[in-house]
Amino acid sequence: MFIVKYIKEVFSGLKSLAIGLRLTLYYFTHHKEIITQQYPDNRETLNLPERFKGEVVMLHDENNEHACTGCTACELACPNGTIKIITKFDIATDGKKKKALDKFVYHLELCTMCNLCIVACPTDAIKMAQTFEHSVYDRSELTKILNKPGSEIREGVE
Amino acid sequence: MWSFSNISKFIDNWLRATFNPIWTMVIEMVIAGVCVIGLFAILGLVLVIMERKVSAWMQIRLGPNRVGPKGMLQSLADTVKLLVKEGMTPAGADKFLFNLAPFIAMMVAMLLMAPIAFAKDFQMWDLNIGVLYVSAVSSIMVISILIAGWASNNKYSLMGAMRSGAQIVSYELSAGLSILSIVVLSGSLNLNDIIQSQADGWWIFKGHIPVIIAFIIFIIAVTAETNRAPFDLAEAESELTAGFHTEYSGMKFALFFLAEYVNVFIVCAIGATLFLGGWMPFHIGHWQGFNHVMDYIPSSIWFFGKTFFLIFLIMWFRWTFPRLRIDQLLNLEWRYLLPISMFNILLVTLMAILGWHF
Amino acid sequence: MIEEIGRTTEGDVMINVGPQHPATHGVLHLVITINGETIKKVEPHLGFIHRSIEKMCESLSYRQFIYVTSRMDYLSSHINNHACALCVEKGLQVEIPSRAQVIRVLMDELTRIASHELWWGAMAMDLGAFTPFFHAFRERESINDIMEETCGARLTMNYMVPGGVMQDIHPNFQRRVKDFIRLYKSKVNEYDELVTGNIIFQNRMKGVGYLSPEDAISYGCTGPPARGSGVSCDIRKLYPYEIYDQLEFDEILETGGDSFARYMVRVREMNQSIRIIEQLIDNIPEGDFQAKTKAVLKLPKGEFYQRVETARGEFGVYIVSEGGTTPYRIKFRSPGFSNLSALDHMVRGSKLGDLVAMMGTLDLVIPDIDR
Repeated sequence: MFIVKYIKEVFSGLKSLAIGLRLTLYYFTHHKEIITQQYPDNRETLNLPERFKGEVVMLHDENNEHACTGCTACELACPNGTIKIITKFDIATDGKKKKALDKFVYHLELCTMCNLCIVACPTDAIKMAQTFEHSVYDRSELTKILNKPGSEIREGVE
Repeated sequence: MWSFSNISKFIDNWLRATFNPIWTMVIEMVIAGVCVIGLFAILGLVLVIMERKVSAWMQIRLGPNRVGPKGMLQSLADTVKLLVKEGMTPAGADKFLFNLAPFIAMMVAMLLMAPIAFAKDFQMWDLNIGVLYVSAVSSIMVISILIAGWASNNKYSLMGAMRSGAQIVSYELSAGLSILSIVVLSGSLNLNDIIQSQADGWWIFKGHIPVIIAFIIFIIAVTAETNRAPFDLAEAESELTAGFHTEYSGMKFALFFLAEYVNVFIVCAIGATLFLGGWMPFHIGHWQGFNHVMDYIPSSIWFFGKTFFLIFLIMWFRWTFPRLRIDQLLNLEWRYLLPISMFNILLVTLMAILGWHF
Repeated sequence: MIEEIGRTTEGDVMINVGPQHPATHGVLHLVITINGETIKKVEPHLGFIHRSIEKMCESLSYRQFIYVTSRMDYLSSHINNHACALCVEKGLQVEIPSRAQVIRVLMDELTRIASHELWWGAMAMDLGAFTPFFHAFRERESINDIMEETCGARLTMNYMVPGGVMQDIHPNFQRRVKDFIRLYKSKVNEYDELVTGNIIFQNRMKGVGYLSPEDAISYGCTGPPARGSGVSCDIRKLYPYEIYDQLEFDEILETGGDSFARYMVRVREMNQSIRIIEQLIDNIPEGDFQAKTKAVLKLPKGEFYQRVETARGEFGVYIVSEGGTTPYRIKFRSPGFSNLSALDHMVRGSKLGDLVAMMGTLDLVIPDIDR
């Protein structure tokens, strides 16, 4: 019958609306369900996973020594030309000329954090850091030289 | 007791004693105007922060929490931002009408404040056709939206305005009919008389199921009339970017924004007056002790409490439901709400004649 | 009346929807012709986010070009990367360790859920309901956290490499995925309460945007839009890759052909993905996560094609190799492009509000369409 169908339609419609309203009222009254993180305030407690790909850094030990041989594997692996390795020739103790790293130029502004350079590195000299706040006032600040001034290659790394 | 009616009476007596009647009238009008503008500002600030908090909590968010204690001054900061923004008039727009529209929206909202009883014996204009006045003046709102949409010289704005026109004209009917059911029961168009008729119980309790149906229809209809989601087709963010106020910016936009919230407040105040007894405290039959306790709560708190409850209802709808399509919106009115409210008003009339209410 | 639709007459208004419009979710430009509220014609204009990814890939080596594909359909970047890795492996003829295969499938299905979650929220937002968006993001964030822990990124992971995956899964991976399944199962009925069962939503979706099976095939629709019309086109079932032929899951088919059918396909697909994850999460075999490959990859001369099922439909990678270290030509077959082409056909004669709903059900990702 038309009237019965009409009334049924109205009531089933109202019921479906009431179910939705019940759900939003539940969240309105249960504030413990809130999942918002207060980002700039929680900097101290913010734990990013160790694998998070923030930027490429070069590892230096306490003697200011790194493990980069300047082999340019990372430079070749990089899809964007982010890394530029400048090498120099050192005179080793036995008098031979030896190729060594002069400058590890890293363009953060070109980097897509694809991790290919880290995988390509044969001596694990570079790794991904967990920093992610990269905003700067001038673009030139994003071009970084990763090896610290005065640093040398660690003994025994070939 | 400090109540609004005592304060207003004291001011009135003092003015009458000090000045001649004409000056008294002028000064009282100025005071009323300042009070209304002040109320507008406070309402705008309170309702915006309320909406943002309600929506945030329903959406498992925190909401504004930076400006002021617990973010309570956020809307003040927003107002300052809107004040210093440039109010642009697009090229090709009808400059006069474009700038006029937000003021019409504001004026309508201000006019609607006049007959509302905020507390016991505290009313700007005790009009004997208060209900008629409210439903008549609130219809002018659509003119400002139509002007804004047409004068913007923007297709989105025009579509939003046209949608709004169709929507408000339709929903006036069922809103009017559900208001009429209370007029039939109380036998008066005067808002004060309607409140007095609820001294022994609010109409929503006295009037059985027909009044509850009328109340539901009233809430749906006023949600549509104030262009709030799920009936926000005039703005329809995902379809028409911002509808009729797409081209407005700065304070002109803020006036529309404020007018929307004040309109929500007013229709909720009317709903509270008609169905929930306005400033009448909550009384249960013969529980004298309970009724006395309820009487101690000031009447203004009763009024604002009921109004804000209805505002919360409307906000709750907004943050739960998807938007209707334009043909479904009109379908809902002409196929469901109007026949039901017509049938309903017959029932209410029968009830009133036979005296079947409490 | 029907003949009038599609022909421009007096009283028609042309409106530019986009490139900056809240409903296009990107820089899609639609030129629509409307009469009143009725849509007569929709012309999608593309090219605003064209980055010539195919050309870029021609100058990158077979290891390098994979990362670019995550920038196409950024919501199912794992699956795009997967397709490229599979295609290169096809050319290299390497056997992938079974551990890597399981990890890849797990990641694919997690990505599919994450993508559908975002679609669900955005779809509801297109219809004017804002709250579901945030509710969907709660679940999506927990997937993103899992991805972040194992792959090191949340959106463009570059985790699939030729021969396997880049790193082994994180020790916490299994526990967190199980946590996610628990969270998802406790919240999934809220989706029905909030959106699916809602009478307004059903009225908006049912019976609008009808796409017949014949049209779905002739427009080249794949994925949920085609399956909503009853066209069986799940690549995981028809041309199984990795270990999909050993898994138990259903291809979701709806026969309605309207917006609601497409909606239901995606919602039910999420449950199937959960089913796949549940089968695999306790059965990750031990072994290598990557096959041994040469440092410099060289594909033999020839043509290679691999297709996978992304969250949006069939994604194909076509590589022409001249035997060098870089591909001679790469062509991607993106699902969004073909699905978008059916929009005009679907939308003619319906209301302006329906256009937004239909674009939502097609789940358009604009960088995927433009590349």
